[in-house]
Amino acid sequence: MSATLAILGDFGEAIEFIFKERESVSGGVQIGGIPELSGFAATHMIVSIAALAIAAVLAIPLALWLGHIGRGDFIATATSNVGRAVPSLALLAFFISFVGLGYTNVIAVLVLLAIPPLITSTYVGVRQVDRETVDAARGQGMTGMEIVRKIELPLALPSIFGGLRTAAVNVVATATIAPLANVQTLGEPIITPQTYGFVGQLGAAIVVAVITLTVDFLFARLQRAVTPAGLKLAEPAKRRRFIRPTKRRLEST
Amino acid sequence: MISTTIAQLQLQEPGGSDACAASNGFCPGWIVDNIDRYWTPLLEHVYLTVVPVAIGFAISMALAIFAHRRRWLTGPVIAISGIFFAIPSVAAFFLLQPITGLGYTTAMVALVSYTLLIIFRNITNGLRNVPAETRDAALGQGMTEHQVLFKVELPMAVPEIMAGLRIATSTTVGLAALAVFAGAGGLGSEILIDKRFKSNVVVAGGLAVLLAAAFDLLILAVQRLMTPWQRARA
Repeated sequence: MSATLAILGDFGEAIEFIFKERESVSGGVQIGGIPELSGFAATHMIVSIAALAIAAVLAIPLALWLGHIGRGDFIATATSNVGRAVPSLALLAFFISFVGLGYTNVIAVLVLLAIPPLITSTYVGVRQVDRETVDAARGQGMTGMEIVRKIELPLALPSIFGGLRTAAVNVVATATIAPLANVQTLGEPIITPQTYGFVGQLGAAIVVAVITLTVDFLFARLQRAVTPAGLKLAEPAKRRRFIRPTKRRLEST
Repeated sequence: MISTTIAQLQLQEPGGSDACAASNGFCPGWIVDNIDRYWTPLLEHVYLTVVPVAIGFAISMALAIFAHRRRWLTGPVIAISGIFFAIPSVAAFFLLQPITGLGYTTAMVALVSYTLLIIFRNITNGLRNVPAETRDAALGQGMTEHQVLFKVELPMAVPEIMAGLRIATSTTVGLAALAVFAGAGGLGSEILIDKRFKSNVVVAGGLAVLLAAAFDLLILAVQRLMTPWQRARA
């Protein structure tokens, strides 16, 4: 085991750091290993899940309603533009200097980062629903609330989950710099190299990358699972292979 | 209440900016006196944005043109660049260090990899959204496939390509703030040096936001120059 790890150089040492305790760079304290890292990971996940849940509760109903009444093109594009332009590090530092350290502030920063993709994806998802479908539902006597619940929400779900996926990846990634506000997430070894050294930084980076890719993968699966059967059926038809234009003409007539 | 009044009084006193800075406050006086020290980090930040976006654009354009005639390539390219995109930038800056060392190279490689998905997807969609009738008309006029691509399809895809470029640029401005973890400087290093000092955080963070806005307007202006036909319509 350790022979194979030695070939990997820094990466091998970093993987060893993840699984086995060692003495800190400055000496005196034991660092690394599964117990310490799983503690960091637990904090990382709690902070991320709380932020994502709060953001979803705030953003999705609001965007559903805006999409339903068809007003909010401006809000949807403006939030996503502003959301992208504000660097996560700047936002966190702003909270640290103006509001203070601690869990609440970190979660508030993460909520603010998660809201823009959720608003945009939900709004776009609702607006993309075929107007004829909504008209048909209204013609059948559905109320506005029923249209939202039974037509617009289910048909917008793939888009909403796309937004949740973006938000989740952003939140988990940004939770890495939470130790700047004294919340010990997996970024702790990254922020304190004087204790953990480069090997600790690299080890934490590996764990963060693996967790984020897993979250991305899980949300991609979820997105597929919540796509209504009707939309899935329509998909293969869209995926036309490239055919020279003239040929396609002949086929369609 | 009294203490805030005193703080405000101190602000207006000559030399009061020192007391304000000592208490980590928001001090316009300090900002005016110290704005010079943000010049170098700002230029580093511009460099950390322009170079990765330019390289990412070149790679994405080449890949998109290549995949335009070989549609099966689109899926794998998006899947692979999607994996790059999902890796947090802070993690990527460390994962690359054993290979590319501490400094600009590491920051550049990571930042380029984040632009690929955004720009490639927009170029591909732009090319695909050109109406079949338009392409037929061009072919009917005797254009070769090559001419159709460069004289019809790419110009018509400019708005969508530019939209991708705008998203990629503002994303990169944000991620470049974290390039300090790769040892590449930028405005992020100023933020980290004194993250509790309100004036410092507001200036460094504000400059990053202004930079993103400036790039956005610049690309919009270029797009308007490149698509005169759209202006005529509007």
